[in-house]
Amino acid sequence: MEELSTLAKGLAIGLGAIGPGIGIGLIGAKAMEAIGRNPEATNKILVPMLLACAFAEAIAIYALVIAFSIK
Amino acid sequence: MNTLPSISHETTLFAEPIFYYKNFTFTNALLSSWLAVLLIIILAVILRKKLREVPKGLQNIFEIIVEGALDLCDQVTSSRTLSLKVFPIAISVFFFVLINNWFGLLPLGGLGLLEKSKEGLAFVPFLRGGTADVNTTIALAILAVLGANLFGIFSIGLWKIFNKYVNLKALGQIFTKIKNDKTVIIVAPLTFFVGLLELVGEFAKVASLSFRLFGNVFAGEVLLVSMATIIAYILPIPFIFLEILVGVIQALIFSMLLVVYFTISATDHNEHEKREEQMSVSV
Repeated sequence: MEELSTLAKGLAIGLGAIGPGIGIGLIGAKAMEAIGRNPEATNKILVPMLLACAFAEAIAIYALVIAFSIK
Repeated sequence: MNTLPSISHETTLFAEPIFYYKNFTFTNALLSSWLAVLLIIILAVILRKKLREVPKGLQNIFEIIVEGALDLCDQVTSSRTLSLKVFPIAISVFFFVLINNWFGLLPLGGLGLLEKSKEGLAFVPFLRGGTADVNTTIALAILAVLGANLFGIFSIGLWKIFNKYVNLKALGQIFTKIKNDKTVIIVAPLTFFVGLLELVGEFAKVASLSFRLFGNVFAGEVLLVSMATIIAYILPIPFIFLEILVGVIQALIFSMLLVVYFTISATDHNEHEKREEQMSVSV
């Protein structure tokens, strides 16, 4: 059973990181695109982009908390 | 010759108790959140004593922060009068969360107790970021959601807030509107059900708000510990900068969501619809 719980921890964070990874990639890509279209808006884009990144990242963090709480 | 028993430095999911007073357990997260409160009080008293027309030194820094935060608050609420009402609680929560997040990063975490457990000695630090304990974040999240609903009750009335969740008004409209509009018999039960979903949504708000903050801060601490075990002292340094940034961003997100919830519950949805109807008529 010991080995299985280690596997479960790894799977929990590994699978949980896929979605947020794609999400943060999309956020970054769209922000770059926006800056490319309108370079003057860089300062306006940066803060909302960081906020959106933090929201996406939080989902991976949920998976991390689950991974830690598996005994 | 005696060899020293190995000491485990594991970061636990829950805050560890440091000392007991009768039945009450003092955990390290509790201690550091009280220290944070003390720090805020001292800062506030110093600022209040040296308050002057032309800002200088510390007052200058805080005026910049508060002014920027008030502008950000205006962007969310889109009205100065409303943001002046919400702002005091939001900025207090912001500073409390921020200082708690940064307390976990202090090297003072190296001071602590050695406690005997089943697997030998375990190290228990005196300071653990208050927000790295799930109890603190759940308390803050409940405060935010309950506060938002109370704020809504005081600004648009108890009956309207009650109807947001248990939509008796929509059910009542079946009888009043059925002569003009036959579709109301399908729409009204649906609106009632949406209201019940909104009630569940309030609990989801508490859960997501608390676990976001707790998870981010706790994961940061674990990250620092595990980096320190790879190469001590050198490797954690860039991650400490990352964690300082994460502390600010998470405090900002928490207080901004609080402002958003307060604003949502203070705006009257029916009035909004009426205004839209009027606009469409005038167009």
